[in-house]
Amino acid sequence: MSVKFDQVSVGDELAAADVTVTRADLIRYAGASGDFNVIHWNERVATSVGLPGVIAHGMYTMALGGRYVSDWAGDAGAVVQYGVRFTNPVPVPDDDNGATVTYSGKVTATDEVARTVTVTLTVLSGGQKVLGKAIAVVRLP
Amino acid sequence: MGVNPQIAGKTYTGSPVYEVGREKIREFAQAIRSTDPVHTDPEAARALGYPDVVAPPTFAIVIAQRCEGLVMTDPEAGIDYSRLVHGEQKFTHHRPIVAGDRLTSVAHVDDARMMAGNGRVVTRIEITDAAGEPVATAVSMVIIRAEEQA
Repeated sequence: MSVKFDQVSVGDELAAADVTVTRADLIRYAGASGDFNVIHWNERVATSVGLPGVIAHGMYTMALGGRYVSDWAGDAGAVVQYGVRFTNPVPVPDDDNGATVTYSGKVTATDEVARTVTVTLTVLSGGQKVLGKAIAVVRLP
Repeated sequence: MGVNPQIAGKTYTGSPVYEVGREKIREFAQAIRSTDPVHTDPEAARALGYPDVVAPPTFAIVIAQRCEGLVMTDPEAGIDYSRLVHGEQKFTHHRPIVAGDRLTSVAHVDDARMMAGNGRVVTRIEITDAAGEPVATAVSMVIIRAEEQA
């Protein structure tokens, strides 16, 4: 299933999605990405450098946002540009519930010539904005 | 401390060729809990017109961060890696990354400066394929926190 360019207008909203992030997810992402920074798995080190505890990789919350947009577009190869600013860390507690990150998005521009749409994401966790200036440009058929 | 502004404009080659494998794409897709078959099923990818399974939109970070490591560990840069915080990240995909790609990366330091005691470095990684064609551009901004803010 794929969204068509002609079906999309500025102001359209993507259905919001809650994503649960647990310690196990962070370990799996560390292995898959090769980012083994200890603050993403070691409570002792994380608190010693002034963090509230183990935090999610910023690149993990960004990656989940990329999945959110490509699932909407129906084609992971359609994301031609994607950028974020890391504004607040996502602490991930050592329990079975983890942290909840909420993704929502809005179409903020369309380009008839390139047949691309710009989606601006809002990414929240614990009432805080965790990604700022989160913008993806997607080419649609 | 922070960063040596002299590295601005420097270019780093020498990152080894990255060979994109199907299983690595599958592993990355599973880590972000994607169920899209375009990441795991070559037939599904071909049905969408791709030569093989397609990497998720932020997969390029795996390749970019290896190359960026050349900048962060350059003795001339003077960066304390343990004080580094990722500030911004942006990808431009000139075409999707697919399994079978053999990718070369070059790092360019677009900016390096001290701001209020912190170092700030903007690195641009240009990723090209075996034919030399552009595949992705990954731009990162990192902050190297000043000691007293620890």
